[in-house]
Amino acid sequence: MTVVDEEQRQSAPRPVGLGVVGWLRWGWRLLTSMRTALILLFLFALASVPGSVFPQRGVDPGQVARYFRDDPGKAEWLDRLWLFDVFRSPWFAAIYLLLFLSLIGCVLPRTLTHLKEIRRRPPAAPRNLGRLPYSAEFEGELTVEEAAARLRKRRFRVDTGPDWVAAEKGHLRETGNLVFHVALLVLLLAVGAGALYGYRGNVLVVEGDGFANTVAAYDRYVPGSAVTAESLEPFSFTLDDFQASYIAPGHEKQGQPLDYSARLSVLDTPGAPARTFDLRVNVPLDVNGTLTYLIGHGYAPTFRITDGDGQVAFEGAVPCLVSNTGTYESECVIKVPDAKPQQLAFLGRFLPSTLPAGEAWISVFPGAANPTVQIWPFAGDLGLDSGEPQSVYDLGAHKNIKPLGTMTVQPRPLAVGESMDLPGNAGKIEFTGVKEWITLQTTYDPGRLPALLASIAAVLGLVFSLTVRRRRVWVRMKDGRVTVGGLTRTEGANFADEFAEITDSLRGPTSGERDVR
Amino acid sequence: MSAENLATLSDQLILAAILLYLGAMIGYALELAFAPKPAPVLVAANGDTIERPEPPVAWPLRAGAIGTLLAWVGLAANVGGTLTRGLAVGRWPWGNMYEFVVAMVLAAVTVFLVMQVRYPVRFLGAFVCVVGAVGLGFAARVLYTQAGPVVPALDSYWVAIHVSAAVAASGLFIVGGVAAVLYLVRGDGLSRLPGKAELEQVAHRVIVIAFPIWTFAVISGALWADKAWGRYWGWDPKEVWAFITWVAYAAYLHARATAGWKGKAALIVSLVAFGCLMFNLVGVNIFFGGLHSYADVAK
Ligand code: HEM
Repeated sequence: MTVVDEEQRQSAPRPVGLGVVGWLRWGWRLLTSMRTALILLFLFALASVPGSVFPQRGVDPGQVARYFRDDPGKAEWLDRLWLFDVFRSPWFAAIYLLLFLSLIGCVLPRTLTHLKEIRRRPPAAPRNLGRLPYSAEFEGELTVEEAAARLRKRRFRVDTGPDWVAAEKGHLRETGNLVFHVALLVLLLAVGAGALYGYRGNVLVVEGDGFANTVAAYDRYVPGSAVTAESLEPFSFTLDDFQASYIAPGHEKQGQPLDYSARLSVLDTPGAPARTFDLRVNVPLDVNGTLTYLIGHGYAPTFRITDGDGQVAFEGAVPCLVSNTGTYESECVIKVPDAKPQQLAFLGRFLPSTLPAGEAWISVFPGAANPTVQIWPFAGDLGLDSGEPQSVYDLGAHKNIKPLGTMTVQPRPLAVGESMDLPGNAGKIEFTGVKEWITLQTTYDPGRLPALLASIAAVLGLVFSLTVRRRRVWVRMKDGRVTVGGLTRTEGANFADEFAEITDSLRGPTSGERDVR
Repeated sequence: MSAENLATLSDQLILAAILLYLGAMIGYALELAFAPKPAPVLVAANGDTIERPEPPVAWPLRAGAIGTLLAWVGLAANVGGTLTRGLAVGRWPWGNMYEFVVAMVLAAVTVFLVMQVRYPVRFLGAFVCVVGAVGLGFAARVLYTQAGPVVPALDSYWVAIHVSAAVAASGLFIVGGVAAVLYLVRGDGLSRLPGKAELEQVAHRVIVIAFPIWTFAVISGALWADKAWGRYWGWDPKEVWAFITWVAYAAYLHARATAGWKGKAALIVSLVAFGCLMFNLVGVNIFFGGLHSYADVAK
C-alpha cells in the first residue's frame, strides 16, 4: 500500500446516513489503518504502566494482601478497576484484541497489494525528468544497456524502453513492514497458545522425598484451559541432596547466598533408567520441553513425637517457613492428630546458626552451623475432621487447643538429638535432625520458541522498514544528452547524496556536466 | 594483588575518573565559550563569498584539546576501575546498580570520544563529561556497594550478554539524549552550538544504532528469564518499563521515518523515551522492586 492510499484511508469521509453497513465499514477502515495500529501499540505500552505501579496478584499475591490490609478502602477501588490484575483485566484484553484485529485488517490487504507491487515493472519514465524533485543533466554517449547495467549493479530493478531506463529500489521497506506486523501477530498468537496449552505448577520437596509430575502432586497448579491431566509429561524424580553456600561472616554481605544446587535422580518416563541431574538457578531440568526450576529453599527439621500413651505418634520432617531470609530463621508448625489421649500441636522456631543474645536466642547466619529449635507445645482438639480447609503452616484456626504448661517467650532451644518432655505426662518431642526443602516450579509453555522466532522476525522487519527507502530513478538519453530524474517515496528521507552518486556513476569518467537541480 | 587491594584500587580509579571528567568538562566548556563564533557567511553582490579573517584566538582551542586529552585519560581510569572491580570479584563487573551505572558512563563517554574521532562533535564534550562525572558521583555516593559475589541468579554467562547489551544501548541513548536536550535549548539564531539540523542528526544517528542493541538486550533478557525464572515474559516492573522504553524509541524512529516528523516534535518523543529508560534504571530498581531487583541498593 502506498503512502497515498494510506492517506486516503485516513481521511475516509465519515458516512452520513449510510446505515449500519456503512458505519461498520467506516469503523473497520478506521480500525485497520496503520495509524490506529500504532496508537493501539502505544496504548498497550501505556496500559502496562499500572501493572508496574501496583502489586500484581499473578506476580506477588502477598503484597496485594498487604495492600488490602493497610488500606482496604483504596484497595477495593483499585481492585474494582482490575489494577491488581492489570494483565488479565478486560480493558487490557480489549486493547490487545483491538490491536490484533487492527493488525489483521491492516496486514492482509497490504500483503496482497505488496505482492502485486513486487511483480510489477518499474513505471515508465515521465515526460519531463527535470520536474522531478531530484534531477540532473549532462552530455555524454550513454546507451540504454549501459545505463541499465550500471543501475542494476546498484541493485535497482530495471525496465527499459527505446531511449529510457526506469529503475526502482527499496521494496524491502514494505516487506520489512509487513514482516513486522505479521510477526507481532504470530507473537500474540504464540503467547496465547502458551497460555492455553501450557501449565504451571509449584511444589515443595524435602530431601529424600520424591515427586511425580501429576496434577495431584502439586501444591499449586495453574493449567491453561486446553490442558488435560493426561497431557502432563510423565517424569518423576527424587531429591537426593540440597546444598547452599553463603558469603562467610565478616563481609559486608555476610549471609548472601552464593550458590544453590539440588541433586535429583530423574526418571524421564516411568520405566526409564534413572539419571542424576544437578538442578541450579539458571539451569532448569528439561524433560521434553517441560521445565522444572529451583525457586526457593528452606529447612525441614525432623522430629520424633511420642504421645501420652507412649506411642510414636509422629516421625518425620517438618518444612518450616523462612521468616528472615538474611538468617533463615524459620517458623514451623507441627500437628499430631494421631496423638493420644489428646491431639498435640507444636509451634517451633528453627535457628540454623544459633547464638544466645541476652535472654533470647537468635540466628546469625543462614547456613546450618549450629541448628536448634525452640518449641511451644499445645494440646486439645485439632478439629482436622471438621472438613474446613486448614493451612499446614498455621495454628491460628484451631480454637480448641491450649498451651501445655506455662508459655514462655523464649523456651530453651533444643539441639539435634535433644528432647523435651511435655508437661502433664503428655509425651515427648525429640529433635532428630535437619533436612532441607526446595520449592520447584514446573512450566510447560509450547509458545516459547514461536514467540522467540516471532520477536526476532519482528525486530528484523522493523529495522528494514525504518532504514530502507523506496526510490525511483529514470534516465532518458537523446542526441548525446542524458537526463536523470529521481524520486523518493519516503517522506523525510534524504536522497540527495545517493542521487548524486547515481548520477556520477551514470556519467562515468566523462564530464561536461550541468547540474539543474 | 589481593582481591581487597584490587577493590580499593577500583574505587580510587573511579574517583580519579570523576575528577578527570570534571577537568575535561572545564576544558570543553572554555572552548565552547571563548572559541571564535562561527561568523555568518557574507555574500558579495556577485555571489562570491567573502572570506573574513578571524582574530587569532588560539587558547580556547587548546583548552578544548586538553579537554579531549583529559576525557581520554578519564575514560582509561573508568575502564581501569571497571576492570579491577571485575578482577577483584572474579565475575563480570556489572552485577549491581553501582557497577551498572559505572559501566553505563563508560559506554557513554566511549561513544562520544569515538564519535569525535570521525565527526565534528566536540561541542558535545562538556555535556557528556558533566553527565559522566555526575553519573559516577551518584554511583559512588548513593549506589555504592562493597565489591563481592552476586546472588546465584546472576551467576551466569547471560550477564555478559544481557547486561552488556543494556549497558551499550544506554551509553548510546545518553549521548542521543544530550544532543536532543541541546537541540531544545538552542535558540534559532547564532549560537556557540552547531546548527539544529546537525544536532538532530547526531541524536538520530546514535539512536538508530542504539535501538537494535536495546532490542537485543530486551530479547536476551527474556531468554535469560526463561532460564532463571521459568517464564520468558511476566510483566515484572523492569520488563514493563523495558517494553515501554522500546515502544517509545520505536515511536521516535517511526515518527521520523514514516510520519516525516522533523526536529522538535520527534526529539521530544526521543526524550520521553530517554525518560522511560532512566526511570527503568532508577525508579524501578529503587521504588518497585520485583523479581528483577538485583540493583543491590539500600531502599
Ligand atoms: C524479560 C526479561 C528481562 C528484561 C525485559 C530485562 C530488562 C533489563 C533492562 C532494560 C536492563 C537495563 C537496566 C535498566 O535500564 O535499568 C536490565 C539490566 C539488568 N538485568 Fe535484566 N531483564 C530481563 C531479565 C533478566 C534476568 C532473568 C536477569 C537475571 C536473572 C537480569 C539481570 C539484569 C541485571 C543484573 C541488570 C543490571 C543491573 C540492574 O539494572 O539491575 N535481567 N534488564
